[in-house]
Amino acid sequence: MSTTTEARVAEAHADEPVHEHPSDLLYVKIALILGAITALEVGTYFLNDASTALLLALLMPMMVIKFVVVASYFMHLKYDNRIFRRVFGFGLILAIIVFAMALTTFEFWNQDYLKFLR
Amino acid sequence: MTDTAVHAPVVADHGHATSTGISNTKLAMWVYLGSDCLLFGSLISTYLLLRHRSVGGPTPEAVFDIPFTSVSSFVLLMSSLTMALAVSSIVRGDVRLNRIWLATTAMLGAVFIGGQVYEFTTFYREGLGYTTNIFGSAFYTLTGFHGIHVSVGIIMLMSLLVMSLRGNLGPERAEAVETIGLYWHFVDIVWIIIFTVVYLIP
Repeated sequence: MSTTTEARVAEAHADEPVHEHPSDLLYVKIALILGAITALEVGTYFLNDASTALLLALLMPMMVIKFVVVASYFMHLKYDNRIFRRVFGFGLILAIIVFAMALTTFEFWNQDYLKFLR
Repeated sequence: MTDTAVHAPVVADHGHATSTGISNTKLAMWVYLGSDCLLFGSLISTYLLLRHRSVGGPTPEAVFDIPFTSVSSFVLLMSSLTMALAVSSIVRGDVRLNRIWLATTAMLGAVFIGGQVYEFTTFYREGLGYTTNIFGSAFYTLTGFHGIHVSVGIIMLMSLLVMSLRGNLGPERAEAVETIGLYWHFVDIVWIIIFTVVYLIP
């Protein structure tokens, strides 16, 4: 490895936190928390009189929490180089934009809604 | 006792210098996972748009068995724990424990796939085929694609296990386990979304 490349690599690592992984005990604790959240999610299935709005308000945050926890700890995004976070985040945000565009195009910008607006 | 273990930085790309100072293999996997977000984002959007537009045939409410799917989801979630422990053990150099966790992860994945096959078979018997109605097409496409991803993950895990049994998987190749682990965890987070959006939200 040339000195220039070494310097470049060192520079790339300079603002990076020390490479650390969660301990096995932390992994187990996280899995228990994820299991508990899943149990709560399944519990909403038995709320017979709950409205869709209430279920959305309960389920969406739990889904997001599980997603973030798995990505941060099991996938080491919290600890790894921030380039990985940016690459994955870019794909994720693009997917959410596609998702939002598709849903709004078909659900809101169709003729029925436009007629209602007029 | 601390909740994190500090490891020496993994040498990028097994000793080959990269311009970013990070592993090409790992970066490639993250780019792939970012692009896979788009695939699943499109499939989930399609499912949400089409699920209540069926003219006839079974509806989601008529066929879903939430308690059964909940157990499958829990199994897949726990496979993420065993995968994380597999990565942790190989980084420490514990090859024997690594084999146990890899085999356990593959087994839990196989249990999940078995559950999915059982679910698909039950739905088919209840009259929901791939072309029965638009809900069926969207549902089988989305969950089928996810099932294929899990199956590919199981094949990769089994390959790692065979490599390990042949003595080709030591701590110096921990990054290979970590990279396949990323894929496996991604499959898990996609299911976290599918389980909520497809099964739990009416």
